[in-house]
Amino acid sequence: MEVCRKMVNMLGAERDLNFKETELCLGLPGSEPEVIIKATGKRGFLETVDLKLNLQSKEESMLTNASKEKNLLTSTKDPAKPLAKAQVVGWPPVRSYRKNMMAQNNNNNNNKSELERDQKAGGSSSSAAAALVKVCMDGAPYLRKVDLKMYKSYQELSDALAKMFSSFTMDGNYGAQGMIDFMNESKLMDLLNSSEYVPTYEDKDGDWMLVGDVPWQMFVDSCKRLRIMKGSEAIGLAPRAMEKYCKNHS
Amino acid sequence: MSEDDDRSPPLDLRRADIAESSNKTRNCTGVSGSGGSVPGPGPSSMEFQAPYPDQVLENVLENVLQFLSSRRDRNAASLVCRSWWRVEALTRSDLFIGNCYSVSPRRATARFTRVRSVSIKGRPRFADFNLMPPDWGAHFAPWVTAMASAYPWLEKVYLKRMSVTYDDLALLAESFPSFKELVLVCCDGFGTSGLAVIASKCRQLKVLDLIESEVTDDEVDWIAFFPESGATCLESLIFDCVECPINFDALERLVARSPSLKKLRLNRFVSIGQLYLLMVRSPQLTHLGTGSFSATEGMAQGEQEPELFTAFAACRSLVCLSGFREILPDYLPDISPVCANLTSLNFSYAHINADQLKLVIFQCHKLQIFWVLDSICDEGLQAVASTCKDLRELRVFPFDAREDNEGPVSDLGLQAISEGCRKLQSILYFCQHMTNAAVIAMSRNCPDLEVFRLCIMGRHRPDRVTNEPMDEGFGAIVMNCKKLTRLAVSGLLTDRAFSYIGKYGKLVRTLSVAFAGDSDMGLKYVLEGCPRLQKLEIRDSPFGDAALRSGLHHYYNMRFLWMSSCRLFPQGCQEIARALPRLVVEVIRDDAIEHTDETVDILYMYRSLEGPRDDAPGFVTIMQ
Repeated sequence: MEVCRKMVNMLGAERDLNFKETELCLGLPGSEPEVIIKATGKRGFLETVDLKLNLQSKEESMLTNASKEKNLLTSTKDPAKPLAKAQVVGWPPVRSYRKNMMAQNNNNNNNKSELERDQKAGGSSSSAAAALVKVCMDGAPYLRKVDLKMYKSYQELSDALAKMFSSFTMDGNYGAQGMIDFMNESKLMDLLNSSEYVPTYEDKDGDWMLVGDVPWQMFVDSCKRLRIMKGSEAIGLAPRAMEKYCKNHS
Repeated sequence: MSEDDDRSPPLDLRRADIAESSNKTRNCTGVSGSGGSVPGPGPSSMEFQAPYPDQVLENVLENVLQFLSSRRDRNAASLVCRSWWRVEALTRSDLFIGNCYSVSPRRATARFTRVRSVSIKGRPRFADFNLMPPDWGAHFAPWVTAMASAYPWLEKVYLKRMSVTYDDLALLAESFPSFKELVLVCCDGFGTSGLAVIASKCRQLKVLDLIESEVTDDEVDWIAFFPESGATCLESLIFDCVECPINFDALERLVARSPSLKKLRLNRFVSIGQLYLLMVRSPQLTHLGTGSFSATEGMAQGEQEPELFTAFAACRSLVCLSGFREILPDYLPDISPVCANLTSLNFSYAHINADQLKLVIFQCHKLQIFWVLDSICDEGLQAVASTCKDLRELRVFPFDAREDNEGPVSDLGLQAISEGCRKLQSILYFCQHMTNAAVIAMSRNCPDLEVFRLCIMGRHRPDRVTNEPMDEGFGAIVMNCKKLTRLAVSGLLTDRAFSYIGKYGKLVRTLSVAFAGDSDMGLKYVLEGCPRLQKLEIRDSPFGDAALRSGLHHYYNMRFLWMSSCRLFPQGCQEIARALPRLVVEVIRDDAIEHTDETVDILYMYRSLEGPRDDAPGFVTIMQ
C-alpha cells in the first residue's frame, strides 16, 4: 500500500492533474478511510490494487467527459493500475482456449475491413494477436509452435529456436541484425554447403525461403511455417532466395 | 456444448436426516464414493448358494431393475438389501464416476460387471483456469486398462477433464469391438494420431465428439483414416476445438457416405465455401457447427452468398447452430432460413455487434439456448429479450476478458433479459458492472432459475449505482429462486451474502466463490446451512482453519472441496484428514505463488474408498 501512495504522489506532482478528485483512499466512498484487511498476505501487492475500485467510478466519468485518446488515458489512470496489468491468474474465469480464440478473432477482424475497427484504431494494424507458426526440424521427432509476435528480431527468434532444438545454433552465419548476408555470396554458399542447420520458411506465396532475407516485420507478416533443415538441403533454395531478395530490394 | 450435469444427491438425504456424527461412520462405508456407484459392504466370501425361492426372486428383480435408468434410483435400490445390491450391480449398464479418484477401476469393475457405458470426470473445474499446476493427474490409463479386460462389450466412453494419451486411445480402439461412442470434454494429452487410430479401428463408431479439448497437431490426416468405402455409422462428428487444418476432400467424402450423420461441428479451418459443399451433401443435419464462416483469402466476396442461403434452406431439420469462428458478418443473413426453427444458437465466438445480431435474432422465436459474446452490448440483449420468449439458457461471454475495460454489457442487459425471458433456467453472465436492483429483478422475474452464475469481472466491485456490496442481489436469488441448484458469486460481498446462501440455498449443489467474504463466518454459514452442497470451489477468500472445521459433518456428502489462496494452514488441513479417514486431503503447492507465510496454496479434498492415490506428483502432499 505504501508503494501505491508513493506512486500517486509522484504522478500527481508530475502531471498536475485534479488529483483531489481522484484521491486515493482505502475504503468505499463516503466511509472513513480505514484499512480493510483483505484475503491473504501473499497476494499483498495485488490486494493494494483493489484500492483502485474507488478511483474507478470517478475515473470513468473523467474518461467519458474528456473522451481522450489512449495516450492521455494511460497517464490519468490510477497509478496502481500498472500493477493491475499483471493480471491475476485465472481471473476472470474464462478458459484459455476461449481467450486464445478471442485474440485470433481480434486479429482477423483487424485484417478485414470492419467499419468500427477502422474508425477506432485509426488505421493502425498492429494487433495483439499471436502469429503462431509451426516449427519443425529435420530429424527431430516433434513439432513446436512459436508465436512470432513474441520476438522483435531474428536474433531473438534464433535464440528461442536454439532453446527448442538443442542441436540448432545460428551463430556466426548471420550479420549484425541476424539476417543472412545475401550480398556476400561466398559466405552464403559456405553456409549452405555446410552440415549446419539453417532455418527456412514457407511464405504467403507458398515458396520456401531462407529465413533472414527480408526485414523482420515483413517476415512476421508473411511467414506461414518454419522448417529447420541442413544447409546442404537448403542449397536448392538459395538461387530462388537470391532472386526474390534482389526483387524485393531493387 | 459442455455442461456440468451432476445429478447425484448425497445418500444421507435418503434417510431424511442431516448426517450426525453417529451416522458418520455408517455413512462413510455406505457413502456414494463417486456420486453414483458405491461398493458398500458387498457380498463377502461367506456367501452361500441361495435356495430356489430366492433365485426366482432374483430373476424377477433382474427383469424389473433392468428398466431403472436413473442413477439415483439405482443407488437407492442397491441399499435395500444384499439381494437387491447384487442384482442392481448386475443390471447397471451405465457407470458414472464423478471423481476418478473416489473409487479404483478394479473396485468399480468388480462390482459392476455388465457395463456398456462409462462416464468419468477427473480434474476439478478450477484447473481450467490455470489454477492447478499441470500434470496433477486424472489419467485415463488405469481405467482403460481395467476396462479392456472387464468390459469387452463396452460401447460408450464419456470423459471430462481427464488426461488421455495416444496409447489409451489405441488400447480403447483395439479392446472394444462394439465401441460406438467417444465423447471427450475438456480433455488433453493426445493428438491427431490418437484420433486416427479411433477412426480407423472403431468400425461401429457412431459418435466422435471432441468438445473444448486440447488436441495436439501430430501432422496426421486423421479424417482420412475412416474406412474408405461403404457407408459409415457416423451420427455425430464434433471437432470444432481441433486446432489444425483438416483434409477437406477426405472430410467431404466421409460426409457423403455417412447417411446417418445428424451432428457435424467443423473447426475453423473449414471455410465458408467448404461449408457449403458439406451442407449440400448433408441436408439431414440437426446440429451444425459452421467452422470459420469466413472466406479463404482470394475468394471473391459475393461469390458464395446466394448459394449458402439455399444450402441453409435445404436443411429443414436444423435446430442447433454454432461455429462462426472467424465470422464475416456479411454472410450472417444466409442463416435466415433456419432461424425460425432454431432451439440452440451459439454465437460465443462470433464478434458481432447489436445491429448484426438483430439481422437474425428477430426471427429466432423458438430459441431456448443462446450463447453469445458481450460485443452485442446491452442493446443486443434487449433484442434477445424482446424475441426469445422461450429462452431457457443464456451465456454471455466477454470478448475482452480483462478487469479494467469498459463493459459492453451491464445491469441494463440483465434487467432486459429478466423482463423478456421469464422461463429462464440457467444464466452465465460476464460483465464489468452490476447493480443489486437488476439481480433482484431477475430473482423475481425468473422463478425457474436453477443455475445463476454472475461474473462481475472487476474484483470486489460494488453495486454500480449505490456502491453497496452485492449481498442483497445474491440474497434475493437464493431467496426467490426456489429451484436454484448452482450458484456462482462475484463482486463485493460480505459475510452477509453467505448468511443468505446458508439460510435460503437449501437446494444448492454447486457453489463457486472468488474474492468474497470477510471472515470465517462466511464459509461457516454455507457449510452449516446448505445440506445439498456437493461441489464447493473457493479462491482468494479470507476463510481459515476454523471455518474448515465447521464442515466436518458434511464433507463425506460432498463430491469435493477446493480452496485456493485462502487462509488455510497445513495443521488445519491435517486436522480434517485425521478426523475423516475416508477423505483424501490434498495440499497442492503452486510454485507460481509467492509465499510470505505458511498458508496452503491449494486445498483439494474429496471422499474416496481407496485412500491416498499412488500417482500423485511431487507438488501434491496428501495429509494423513
